[in-house]
Amino acid sequence: MTFEPKIVGILCNWCSYTGADLAGTSRIKYAPNVRVVRVMCSGRVDPTFILKAFADGADGVLVAGCHPGDCHYIEGNYKTIRRMALLKRLLADYGIEPERFRLEWVSAGEGDRWAQVVNKITEDVRKLGPTKIKPAAKKKSSAA
Amino acid sequence: MAKLKLASYWASACGGCDVAILDIHEKILDLAAAADIVFWPIATDFKYSDVQAMPDGHIDVTLFHGAVRNSENAHLAHLLRAKTKVLVAFGSCAHIGGIPGLANLFTREEIFRRVYHETPSTVNPEGVEPQTKLAVPEGEITIPEFYNTVKTLGQVVDVDYFMPGCPPTPKQIWSVVQTIVSGQLPPKGSVIGASEKTQCDECPRPRKEKKITGFKRIATAQPDPETCFLEQGFLCMGPVTRGGCDARCQLSGVPCRGCYGPPAGVLDQGAKAISAIASVIEAKEEVEVQRIIDQIPDPLRSFNRFGIPASLITRKVL
Repeated sequence: MTFEPKIVGILCNWCSYTGADLAGTSRIKYAPNVRVVRVMCSGRVDPTFILKAFADGADGVLVAGCHPGDCHYIEGNYKTIRRMALLKRLLADYGIEPERFRLEWVSAGEGDRWAQVVNKITEDVRKLGPTKIKPAAKKKSSAA
Repeated sequence: MAKLKLASYWASACGGCDVAILDIHEKILDLAAAADIVFWPIATDFKYSDVQAMPDGHIDVTLFHGAVRNSENAHLAHLLRAKTKVLVAFGSCAHIGGIPGLANLFTREEIFRRVYHETPSTVNPEGVEPQTKLAVPEGEITIPEFYNTVKTLGQVVDVDYFMPGCPPTPKQIWSVVQTIVSGQLPPKGSVIGASEKTQCDECPRPRKEKKITGFKRIATAQPDPETCFLEQGFLCMGPVTRGGCDARCQLSGVPCRGCYGPPAGVLDQGAKAISAIASVIEAKEEVEVQRIIDQIPDPLRSFNRFGIPASLITRKVL
């Protein structure tokens, strides 16, 4: 059986989720590997979400939001730029390949771009193979 | 009331937690009045076989410090768990992995290569490395197995309470001792001897709006003694670290390093630190953002210095 990457997509409500919707209504064919989670803004994406996705077995994670300057909440995605840039360095220190995590800007009108972004990360992760992160230890270390 | 039976054990630890217990000073006499020490390798001459000989549940309270790094640590964790009514993961190492947990960014092979071959002070022409078994004329001798991954105490055995700190402050140790003696214990699994809030809640430095345009390091720049460290561009883990130590580091002129671990409800201290610190960087363009964050030499070890074994991703990916 060929390896099908499991990719978690975290999409902002206003641009990228609508863009993905457009890809659907436009009947664009693209890889079915991304499981979409809708959030109100990419600036709401806590780096914890991405680490949790990897810890729970995701082969890749894709965060998508409005293009810089187009945020529905004016400045949310600038926060995303800063957080994800720092997170990428953290992931590199953990030895996670950079292709497994992407931050992309997809507007509500870019259904075709959404399809391209999904195809790209799917192919990149497919080449890398399944995640090498072992499932987190069962017992929790504290009541946090 | 019968006297409590108290044990204290160090696994993969530096001994600082034991010193912190002694730092309760003359109150140690009150402790001795309330409790009999039945096992404390740093201070008393009880052997592992003495613990082995105890009936299960014999010890009332064990303060277990240190991470689980080798098979000896794991053996004692299981042994003391069986012999103890209330097992406390005492200090950062037992709680969230601590400084020994940083070794999870390497493999056992890398650590052995560095320690037994590459360090400048090592003379080892025969390339000797520790073996778990060795046959000598008198028979076979064994030493504990060095694990590839450091674990917290809670990842190895069932733990009743967690007490953070590197080391826990004497004030908190004393308050926990009093709680134990009173018998009015909080629900199992609680973090004791610490606050539910963050360090910033205790830090006396005034907080204003933070806008970071560049990072400084304590080794090469002089911080202002009054202003919030983050506002000055020094990495401070205060916003993502549990309070309880009365901001001892911040009061001493150095930023919080995060030893009290994540506050209640936070899954991953490092991820929260990214979230908090990236939020206050004053930049919008990707190039400028990159320029500023490149001034942080080592994000993973700065943001998660004490807690890698207890984070969402517990070790470097192999």
